[in-house]
Amino acid sequence: MKRHLISAGDLNRADALRILDTAGELAQMADRPIRKLPTLRGRTVVNLFYEDSTRTRISFEAAAKRLSADVINFSAKGSSVAKGESLKDTALTLEAMGADAVVIRHQASGAPHRLAGWVHGSVINAGDGTHEHPTQALLDAFTMRQRLGRLEGLRVTIVGDVLHSRVARSNVLLLHTLGADVTLVAPPTLLPVAVGSWPCEVSYDFSAEIPKSDVVMMLRVQAERMNAAYFPTVREYSRRYGLDTARAALLPEHAIVMHPGPMNRGVEIAAEVADSPRSTIVEQVANGVSVRMAVLYLLLGGADPDGEDIVQPMTQAAEVAR
Amino acid sequence: MTASQRWLIKGVRPVGGQPADLLLADGQITAAGAGLTSAGAQVLDGGGLIALPGLVDLHAHLREPGREDAETVQTGTQAAALGGFTAVHTMANTDPVADTAGVVEQIWRLGREAGLCDVRPVGAVTSGLNGAKLAELGAMADSAARVRIFSDDGRCVSDAALMRRALEYVKAFGGVIAQHAQEPRLTEGAQLNEGEMSGLLGLTGWPAAAEEAIIARDCLLAAHVGSAVHICHVSTAGSVELIRWAKAKGWLVTAEVTPHHLLLTDTLAASYDPVYKVNPPLRTAADVEALRAALADGTIDCVATDHAPHPVEDKETEWPVAAFGMTGLETALRVVHAAMVDTGLLDWAGVADRMSVRPAAIGQLDGDGAPLHGRGIGPGAPASLVLYDPAARSVVEPAQHASRSRNSPFAGMELPGQVVATFLRGEPTVLDGKLAR
Repeated sequence: MKRHLISAGDLNRADALRILDTAGELAQMADRPIRKLPTLRGRTVVNLFYEDSTRTRISFEAAAKRLSADVINFSAKGSSVAKGESLKDTALTLEAMGADAVVIRHQASGAPHRLAGWVHGSVINAGDGTHEHPTQALLDAFTMRQRLGRLEGLRVTIVGDVLHSRVARSNVLLLHTLGADVTLVAPPTLLPVAVGSWPCEVSYDFSAEIPKSDVVMMLRVQAERMNAAYFPTVREYSRRYGLDTARAALLPEHAIVMHPGPMNRGVEIAAEVADSPRSTIVEQVANGVSVRMAVLYLLLGGADPDGEDIVQPMTQAAEVAR
Repeated sequence: MTASQRWLIKGVRPVGGQPADLLLADGQITAAGAGLTSAGAQVLDGGGLIALPGLVDLHAHLREPGREDAETVQTGTQAAALGGFTAVHTMANTDPVADTAGVVEQIWRLGREAGLCDVRPVGAVTSGLNGAKLAELGAMADSAARVRIFSDDGRCVSDAALMRRALEYVKAFGGVIAQHAQEPRLTEGAQLNEGEMSGLLGLTGWPAAAEEAIIARDCLLAAHVGSAVHICHVSTAGSVELIRWAKAKGWLVTAEVTPHHLLLTDTLAASYDPVYKVNPPLRTAADVEALRAALADGTIDCVATDHAPHPVEDKETEWPVAAFGMTGLETALRVVHAAMVDTGLLDWAGVADRMSVRPAAIGQLDGDGAPLHGRGIGPGAPASLVLYDPAARSVVEPAQHASRSRNSPFAGMELPGQVVATFLRGEPTVLDGKLAR
């Protein structure tokens, strides 16, 4: 029984496909003149954001509003050890307000796990520290399927700071569940020491992987890594692990280029590549709303006949919350 | 000494051996054997119970002075007595730091006033635990507290030159430096053993090499200056190999392991519940196996609790901001029972050795101006002992603990055994599993 979406590993294949299929149906609605469904009328979705992330927050906000939910944006920037309220007290406050779902973005890995222990509503992880970002992985999978028609057997190369990337973790887990073959490419300093136990391949040689890739996903290089000896200079990183025009030219004809944003143009990806027809970066943003609608719909609204999946109905929790 | 109450313990098994009667009088075990009688003595039925020499902990945080919301010497020694301990060494990271004769004497005096077990302050190696300048080690050694173990525990004495000087300096009064082995640069922001779990959970890894590098260095330094180093809370298989090597060389290296590192692994962090957050971190099953084997073969000399109480609000948080540490005094013997005795790795004589005899020797509880501990169960030994029911089993409930804090990683776990009684120099501190005073 999964009431929350905290890790991409929480989803079995059927759960994941149901979310993607539902997102597909909801995406069609975006073309209609009135883009709103009454499904979550009377439900309250709280966006609890401890980190600045305008794009993820407005994506969730748009998703919830298109399903007619009441949306409360709770921006709690800064660390909970500072003078501010503890995460637990914030959770109890949200609980008292009757939140049916809490979408949480937090700088601490595992914060959504902790929150789920303190609230009755559904917890949706919108990115926790260096742990996971499951809705990003879902929208990435949705985009791949939309562009390439399938996920099974797809060769996906994820390039960059895997060690600190919640996007990479969630993508590896979800894509493995969905039958794609993932290869991680990074300097050894930016891979977890035990990455060998992950369900994917690992390479240090980006150029060698390019011709074999159906999808290349570039990860953002965080500024703070540049000063901690993970690599000598930004230029060297860019030469060895950046997707420049020369490397992009080696991609198979059909291959797509993805980036979760925000991009460092000229560092991990050349502007020409980011703006090329291969690039799905803008579609990823649009698909993000559809996928998050599907997640909210299935967690909060969609009554599921077998009740085994993430689509557990919310009635019980909602009663307690009120 | 005025005539104190005499106790006759009937049919108890000294260190797990054949049942015998023990007569406690004037702070000593005065007789041991079959069919003892003593007019006027309080009789305690020891049937089914094991008698062990009072346990000695080389490593506990009793938080006083400074963090009396987490623990006090009074509550901490209550917890110790309930766990079967008769002597506890208290770490120096109090507020103010135990880095002067005044502070160590204050802690020592608080222990005497509580009267539940012998409190032995550990002195800081460096002033304020800052790792920069030696504290007045000699003054602490000469004080009423008679400090013999010095440690910056919680922090590593990472400066190699300073560590060398500390090791050398304490030779003048037979001191020992207890090192918290943690290379600071390799553990910046570290949260969890670096391995499969840290990668999966996205928590900053704490490499085994950060512990092992310091242990290797300090073994070499101790050998070079001919001094004694004690390694706190050994947690990795690699550390065990290094200590085994140093001991084979004949160097003066001793080591301790905590109960939690003998039983728990880093997989528990999957819940992100900071009750499992500890320094050094929980490691892998292979490390647990190596630590158990090392305790069994004597490479690791003793069990020390690293009892580290924290108030609720310091643990009911996100993992990365939570405090490091676990309580352990009240569960230590039971955990060792589960990890070492039930697995056939140690018998009860072995437990007595690793939890009383050897730690007493390292702490120099030899009666020469210091209280006497770790002398076994027999005539002439101090009547500081614990009576333990090995057949009992129960679920650990931190709410029932005497410790002021509740951060036990064993909460909800069923463990064997029960401390039935503890005696300190002939006076019961615990009877029927409850505090006797």
